[in-house]
Amino acid sequence: MTEPQVDGSMTDNAAIVREPASRRRDMIGWLRTYGTALFLVVLIVFFTAQNDRFLSPRNLTNILTEVSIYGIISVGMTFVILTGGVDLAVGSLLAFAGMAGGLAAHAMGLDSTFDWLAALVAALAVGGIVGWLQGRAVTFFGIPAFIVTLGGMTMWRGATLILNDGAPVSGYSDAYRWWGTGAVLGLPVPVLIFALVAAIGYVVQRYSRYGRQIYAVGGNIEAARLNGLDVKRLVTSVYVAIGLLSGLAGFLLSARLGSAEAVAGTGYELRVIASVVIGGASLSGGRGGIGGTVIGALLIGVMGNGLVIMHVSSYWQQVVIGFIIVAAVAFDTYTKTRR
Amino acid sequence: MTEVAPPLLEVRDMHKSFPGVRALEGVRLSVRRGEVHALLGENGAGKSTLLKILAGAQPTDAGEIWFDGQALAAADRPLDRQRAGLITIYQEFNLLPDMSVAENMYLGREPLRRGLIDWPRMFADADAILADLGMTIDPRCEVRLLSVAQQQMVEIARAMTQNAKLIVMDEPTAALSAREVDTLHRLIAGLKARGISIIYVTHRLEEVKACCDRFTVLRDGRFVADGNVADVEIGDIIRLMVGRNVEFLRLPRRPAGDIVLRVRDVVRRRHPTDIHAVTLNNLSLDLHAGEILGLAGLVGAGRTEFARILFGADKADGGILYLDGWTGRFRSPGQAIGAGLALVPEDRKQQGCFLDQSIRHNMSLPSLSRIAKWGLFVDERAEHALVDHYARALRIKMPNAEVAIGTLSGGNQQKVLLARCMALRPRVLIVDEPTRGIDVGAKGEVHQLLADLAGEGVAVVVISSELPEVMAVSDRIAVFREGSLTGIVEAVEADEAQLMHLMAVETAPLAATA
Repeated sequence: MTEPQVDGSMTDNAAIVREPASRRRDMIGWLRTYGTALFLVVLIVFFTAQNDRFLSPRNLTNILTEVSIYGIISVGMTFVILTGGVDLAVGSLLAFAGMAGGLAAHAMGLDSTFDWLAALVAALAVGGIVGWLQGRAVTFFGIPAFIVTLGGMTMWRGATLILNDGAPVSGYSDAYRWWGTGAVLGLPVPVLIFALVAAIGYVVQRYSRYGRQIYAVGGNIEAARLNGLDVKRLVTSVYVAIGLLSGLAGFLLSARLGSAEAVAGTGYELRVIASVVIGGASLSGGRGGIGGTVIGALLIGVMGNGLVIMHVSSYWQQVVIGFIIVAAVAFDTYTKTRR
Repeated sequence: MTEVAPPLLEVRDMHKSFPGVRALEGVRLSVRRGEVHALLGENGAGKSTLLKILAGAQPTDAGEIWFDGQALAAADRPLDRQRAGLITIYQEFNLLPDMSVAENMYLGREPLRRGLIDWPRMFADADAILADLGMTIDPRCEVRLLSVAQQQMVEIARAMTQNAKLIVMDEPTAALSAREVDTLHRLIAGLKARGISIIYVTHRLEEVKACCDRFTVLRDGRFVADGNVADVEIGDIIRLMVGRNVEFLRLPRRPAGDIVLRVRDVVRRRHPTDIHAVTLNNLSLDLHAGEILGLAGLVGAGRTEFARILFGADKADGGILYLDGWTGRFRSPGQAIGAGLALVPEDRKQQGCFLDQSIRHNMSLPSLSRIAKWGLFVDERAEHALVDHYARALRIKMPNAEVAIGTLSGGNQQKVLLARCMALRPRVLIVDEPTRGIDVGAKGEVHQLLADLAGEGVAVVVISSELPEVMAVSDRIAVFREGSLTGIVEAVEADEAQLMHLMAVETAPLAATA
């Protein structure tokens, strides 16, 4: 029996295959998928043409290291945004966890070669616990994630200042500093860790049951619940994950700078959210991915660095990056409504 | 020769089609001045469509509406109809809960003084209208603090500020208590005395006798009859309403197996936070392996709420389930699925589908734990096999399993959701409105699938607002009315008029368990 591809009823949008429009649709679909990557390549070519120092190994290392710190958090943010949530507290939490780590390192003694381990454990613990608290506030009290983490953004920044009375903590061992400034096979350690985190994030998103469940929760939370998913636990888990990653980033940043600063990570929440959104995720949840996020993070890093090299003032950089965020979402919305 | 006053509203030869469905075919309706006119018909008879067209919320394909001596323009928007004096009060009220009664009554038409809102006059006017209707509601009170019945009165009072000539009330008593219904009927009598006409849509047929003057019955989108309420009995009206010309193949019956699930004394009380919620009164029934139990009832009778409680999707105030070793109530759908239940929910798009996601992801989601390696990673080969198997078994028409489920027709979406449940190999399958919004051919296929499942020993519960559907697929039919079970009948012995009587007319709830 030869059945038509789509059943004959006119009741629904039966037009899956329709010739003239489909090529246009393919084009838009291709742009939706690869548009950001294409734009990134264009930017790199453009900046290289402007100044050949842009492609120098030293500059590239700089860009990548810079990107890695907030890129690590962006991986967590991808999962948060996939559930339809958001986390504005990541920059403050990074500072809080970094500061806690710095104090833990000092508690180990300044000449200890394992001060980094104490700092790492403390930073992850602080990040994980704070993430869990925020996740519970969202899921069990039904407070919007925007509000919970807006409060968190102020609270954890304040807590950071309280921890060491506003003063930075510094004077780490070389082993500690290696995590921020060292290199393996010519690649900076933070970059390698970012690559590892992104790879794990990709595998979880693409191949794991958990990843499927996160997409389901973001796509239709009621349907997810009726399919037996423990929606509250799943949503809580993404806040724990982003808390842990913020803690990791806080540790790496303190290692890179050689000190844990109370103002560390200020404004990171915007860069992190921008990376995810430029990477094609939908703030209403259910759509997006790690691949896009990594490209989004790189794009922001390249843009910032390139403008510096071109001697564009930092004032203008803010304008440009803000514009790109809006343009990316506008493109996304436009192509979605034209589907 | 006596002169007959022209009717206030006259609908002539109204036609309306939706893709694949003829909702109205040559409907007529004539409402006189100062009468209460009952508009009757089963679910799907075309009442809602007619109301939407009258309110200007939907255009017609053909037909005329004469109102107060003038033909209404087909292009009218809801606001135009309201200005003409044709006011519709929907089941879901159109009130702003955080604003006062008076503000709601005069929303968008606030009395002005020098360009600013004249608050004293607005409250005084509102107070006068409310008092005139015999209502004791403070015009300064916020609407969210009022009961459902009071909110309805605010809607009526608002209609009065718009110089209503005709008020259309869509199931006005669905959420009211008996005493509140009496109050409403007195209020309606008062409106009538002022020469205002009412179109009264209800499924509660004793109310028709109590408060309506004339009636019109629709069936399958066609005009069936109209007349004086005084000239007919409720039984006559039921006979006019039933007998819908819907072709459902009556499927062969099967012998029922052992009891799989016992349900005892499921109770849900009225909660102050959710005044619109349906209450459930001591519902008990048994479910046998290999049978299809149909749940019949009007919208709001509590069938969906009952099913959702069985499935752990909603909380109950009482009740026990016995399923093999399990005793108690499920606290979450996850727990219910683990115990062998599955649910195809009422609203396919809102509660069932992940519209942007692929058919594969939609179908396999609850089964992932069984086909995951080390419980963590999706075994995509097993997943593809599962999807292929059910796509073939259910003859789902799709380009491939990777397209978004939202691109499929309603019937094929429903098959994907059924496949999702079948893949769980449930012992109890609950299907809520299995064929809503899907075309006739697909309906038959879905019915056959449910029968096949029952043949394999699954206990199937089918909820449907289409009586002919319930009668065609079920072995037994449990009838719900206002949160109570009013009867459990063998489908072979059931006739539509009897079921309609149990659904729509006051009868004693079943005392003991069936």
